[in-house]
Amino acid sequence: MVSFFRRPQQLKESLTKTRASFLTRLTSLVAKNEVNEEFWSGLEETLIGADVGVETTVALVDKLRVSAEKEHVRETTRVEEMLKEELRTILAQTTTVQQSPISNPSASLRTSLQSPRVVLIVGVNGSGKTTSIAKLTRYYQAQDKKVILAAADTFRAAAIEQLQVWGKRVGVDVVAHQPGADPGAVAFDAWQAAHARRADYLIVDTAGRLQTKFNLMKELEKIARVLQKNDPTAPHETLLVLDAVTGQNGLQQAREFKKATPLTGLILTKLDGTAKGGIVFAIAKELQVPIQFIGTGEGIDDWAEFDARELVEGLFE
Amino acid sequence: MRSLSPAQTVVKIVNEELIKTLGEPAKIDLSGEPPHVVMLVGLQGSGKTTTAAKLALQLRKHQQKPLLVAADTRRPAAIQQIQTLGNQLDIPVHSEGNTVPPPTICANAVKRASDGAYSVVLLDTAGRLHIDDELMRELEEVKTKANPQEVLLVVDAMTGQEAVRVADEFHKRVGLTGLILTKVDGDARGGAALSVRAVTGVPIKYMGVGEKTDALEQFFPERLASRILGMGDVLTLIEKAQATMDQEVAQKAAEKLLRAQFTFEDFLEQLQQIKKMGPLSQLLGMVPGLSQVTKDLPADVTDKQIKRVEAIINSMTREERQRPEVLNGSRRKRIALGSGTSVQEVNQLMSQFKQMQRMMQQLKSGRMRGILPNIPGLGL
Ligand SMILES: Nc1nc2c(ncn2[C@@H]2O[C@H](COP(=O)(O)OP(=O)(O)OP(=O)(O)O)[C@@H](O)[C@H]2O)c(=O)[nH]1
Ligand SMILES: [Mg+2]
Repeated sequence: MVSFFRRPQQLKESLTKTRASFLTRLTSLVAKNEVNEEFWSGLEETLIGADVGVETTVALVDKLRVSAEKEHVRETTRVEEMLKEELRTILAQTTTVQQSPISNPSASLRTSLQSPRVVLIVGVNGSGKTTSIAKLTRYYQAQDKKVILAAADTFRAAAIEQLQVWGKRVGVDVVAHQPGADPGAVAFDAWQAAHARRADYLIVDTAGRLQTKFNLMKELEKIARVLQKNDPTAPHETLLVLDAVTGQNGLQQAREFKKATPLTGLILTKLDGTAKGGIVFAIAKELQVPIQFIGTGEGIDDWAEFDARELVEGLFE
Repeated sequence: MRSLSPAQTVVKIVNEELIKTLGEPAKIDLSGEPPHVVMLVGLQGSGKTTTAAKLALQLRKHQQKPLLVAADTRRPAAIQQIQTLGNQLDIPVHSEGNTVPPPTICANAVKRASDGAYSVVLLDTAGRLHIDDELMRELEEVKTKANPQEVLLVVDAMTGQEAVRVADEFHKRVGLTGLILTKVDGDARGGAALSVRAVTGVPIKYMGVGEKTDALEQFFPERLASRILGMGDVLTLIEKAQATMDQEVAQKAAEKLLRAQFTFEDFLEQLQQIKKMGPLSQLLGMVPGLSQVTKDLPADVTDKQIKRVEAIINSMTREERQRPEVLNGSRRKRIALGSGTSVQEVNQLMSQFKQMQRMMQQLKSGRMRGILPNIPGLGL
């Protein structure tokens, strides 16, 4: 019987070997500085290993081959530069398509005077929504903005308490109902409170949900609709929180969440690990959703505005 | 007996190997004297706390007396989370607040269970990164002090390529005895399970299939294998294939396919096989690699598309067909002209061909890490 798969022990060795030999191969290639088949498949392996996905990788590398041939580029370093450039362009195109003022609140026009800007935070279970809300709050506070939080995850055990702990730590009010309450009602009340207390931002925490759950995705739409009863322009931002360790399913997540609630951006979390978050390229290409922020740890200040250059460099480390 | 097409053979063999690699269903180890200590570990957000509650419930159904332990002292309200779940299920939770170090909490919990009041102690540890040395050390200490008989890595089914590194590191530091795959109720293929299982060699014990506390299933390799291949009806298709094939012929076909240098001629043959095999819609995605190739083609014009592909390939010289790497810009232009297609179409075909070629090469060399991402949509 032809065996495609090796048994675990063997396999483990080969996996570690693949990684090691690839690195040595790449360095020796760079040293040789020669664009050959091995170099190309090395590039492909790097990208696939970073969760960029086979389809996106093959498309990227093929395009690169054509331009390298056309421009008679022979040095690997130059080809790598071209690839990085292309990767940055993919990410840059999103921001121009969907210019979003969130990371620059001073430039954002308040749609209706005295209404809070509403930021809806969505994503699958455990991606880092609640933690990111605490960090985002801190980020707005640093710009002298007043923030109020809505505990609209009424489903997960102790989700309300979790947000309340963060609220206390950063010193903002958290509007909450009982566990199991209607998340739309929480959002509605929170908006009223934010409006009455003249808050600049209302950030709404939602329960984690898998994008395949029809009813839960409908629930998100409903939260948005309820907010619109107060302010027809709300939510002003809907940010999808994506764990950097996510593989190709990330694209499916972005697709489905975008359908339920038009996304204005992504928050890419857990970049302090070894995952590269390469799926964002496929997301950017297909859906034009820009990355706004990154999460780099469990602490409140482990947070930064997104920088395409850094992410792209990270792929090749 | 009709011979099995290469496509069917590939699927059949890949499926069999997947099942073999995924391993036998394994239950949680409750041998020896109670209390049995079970430790759950994993990355942040992978689903440890929910899984701990689900396991406790399931164990109680099997006449065990579980004790849940709140050993995540770091995440805000993690303790309340497990206490809430414990209350809902009426399962006691051992907690010492968030100022006592987790190894001490766990050791105390085991002591508490030792007088016979509890038969299983479930340690819910904080999520951590595999590269966080300090926290990994803490985990090692928990293990030393609580002496668990099961150390289960909780893995999110949506995890990508890093799954291998994560599992490897956890295994090195705390010696895993099993895996639990979570969020399997989503649409992730769960390819991560395969890599993690392969790299650690430990069995997959359960799958989490929902947010409710009873949504925990025993693991069945056949189901996960067909899910990984991305074909709900793969089993039926394979059975059908098995019923109509001559083992020996099939074997030969597969070996020939894998041994041969994969050229445009093979590519064409594959496409023709597919055409012969009946309704394309049913077969799209049946052959790893081919779902990519045929993905963009609407089912009803596929025959036409195949004709175009044939035309393109027929416009190639023999050399070009066997050594596609010689196809530079000017050759592609000539082929487009000769086949009445566009350079763009030729390029598209090239890229599809390359994906398939890559797939075949990987199959040949048996390098799993290479194979996985090449099974389209594997979900890695
Ligand atoms: N290392 C690291 N951990 C993070 C980061 N962001 C969040 N986490 C951790 O990930 C885990 C889950 O975070 P939460 O904020 O509770 O995630 P969530 O999306 O609100 O989870 P649910 O509400 O249960 O769906 C927690 O342990 C966080 O501390 C990050 O950037 N890096
Ligand atoms: Mg949350």
